[in-house]
Amino acid sequence: MKLIVAIIKPFKLDDVREALHDVDVHGMTVTESKGFGRQKGHTEIYRGAEYAIEFLPKIRLEIAVSDEKVETVVEAIGTAARTGKIGDGKIFVMPVEEAIRIRTEETGDVAL
Amino acid sequence: MEQITQVSYALDTFYFLMSGALVMWMAAGFTMLEAGLVRSKNTTEILAKNVGLFAIASIMYMLVGYNIMYGDAINTYIPGISFLLGGDNEVAAVLASGGDVYYSSMSDFFFQVVFVATAMSVVSGAVAERMKLMSFFIFAIILTGFIYPVQGMWTWGGGFLSELGFSDFAGSGIVHMTGAAAALAGVIILGARKGKYGPNGEVRAITGANMPLAALGTFILWLGWFGFNGGSQLQLSTIENANAVAMIFVNTNMAAAGGVIGAMIVSKILFGKVDLTMILNGALAGLVAITADPLSPAPLSATLIGLAGGVIVVFAILFMDNKMKIDDPVGAISVHGIVGIWGLIAVTFNNADATITAQLIGIVAIFAWVFISSLIVWSIIKAIMGVRVSEEEEYEGVDQSECGMEAYPEFTNK
Repeated sequence: MKLIVAIIKPFKLDDVREALHDVDVHGMTVTESKGFGRQKGHTEIYRGAEYAIEFLPKIRLEIAVSDEKVETVVEAIGTAARTGKIGDGKIFVMPVEEAIRIRTEETGDVAL
Repeated sequence: MEQITQVSYALDTFYFLMSGALVMWMAAGFTMLEAGLVRSKNTTEILAKNVGLFAIASIMYMLVGYNIMYGDAINTYIPGISFLLGGDNEVAAVLASGGDVYYSSMSDFFFQVVFVATAMSVVSGAVAERMKLMSFFIFAIILTGFIYPVQGMWTWGGGFLSELGFSDFAGSGIVHMTGAAAALAGVIILGARKGKYGPNGEVRAITGANMPLAALGTFILWLGWFGFNGGSQLQLSTIENANAVAMIFVNTNMAAAGGVIGAMIVSKILFGKVDLTMILNGALAGLVAITADPLSPAPLSATLIGLAGGVIVVFAILFMDNKMKIDDPVGAISVHGIVGIWGLIAVTFNNADATITAQLIGIVAIFAWVFISSLIVWSIIKAIMGVRVSEEEEYEGVDQSECGMEAYPEFTNK
């Protein structure tokens, strides 16, 4: 099992959700978050004076999948979230030791 | 004939009172505009300040201000002093005057008192977010009771500026520039908000908390201005006057529209985006610019005078912020002062009776009197009780230190 964490542009959330739906992902957790990358935020102008937006709004997705689905899911997220412009985000994949469905106490892949 | 005199007297008095009521509503406009352009931690205080100043202006002008401005003067420079309001016109005297006395003298007081409140409202925005509330109120007593009425007497009270031919129909200079000059003196004594300027003098934006309130405030001011300029015709009950009032309404509206467009174009060119707060300042700049003469220009001229006001105000705000380091959170000094001067000069374009010499003397005389006397009063207040809250109080917000309550408890962060 792997946990896929993806940071994406907020306006791409619907596209990514649909793409994941198409590859049979049955659950995900979505969080509104903020952060910066190499671009280090950007500046806006208020009454002629610049001010920095140091943290840009992003969406953070968490999806737990079985090992064999990792590649498909990563590709689905990458394709749906890509605009080709700076700030598209990142995808991280990390191992998961155990998963437990609280209601039934099932564990492992069936709990996902 | 007597019936007609009675009816026209009633009509003109009614018109005067309703115009005054519209101007009174401008206090709400200033309040909302300022509440929108300050940070949420300074909202309750600016509301308290605006309500309080209106009350102080009303009382001081009744006690002494109105008499200084319109009572018996010592000479054309120095007004006399007396207290409280006299009685109203006798019925027989009105009927015998043959139309020369055409409105209630109490209605005149009411119309005038809301103007002095407007001048004081201009000050409150410029000194926002860092001034001690009580220090501001002390200054309000002096400005509305003495500083404003003295220069008001020079023109509207028959003083030397009116003899000179200085022309300021509804008060671009007498009301708006006066407020701005007092505000400028206040800001110089007070200093900039903490964090407005970086260590190397770079300007930092301090963004306002509530744009819908700022926009609402601007529209309220825009509406109130029809009373401000329209009422200044002083009479409605003849065809000539009715036409004049209609012209003033049209020109007032056109100038505001022009001001919006002027500020919009300049902000789009300079900043790449349309800055709402600059557009709002642009509308007010158009209104201030046309206030010195909303009657003489044709509507297209009025639009252009307003448009120029809207262009000027954006550059004026940038100049004040960047070059002068005058921190004016709402742009009041630029809108009412610099554009007020523009409006007074623009009178000469369309009004054959106005001369540039008289206009310039008027501008210098009013500005010098208000600025210097205000500077002295602010300095005295500073020496006695201080004008500025502590650094910690400023950081926490003056809502807590001055009023002990937040504007939006439990709903928003600072």
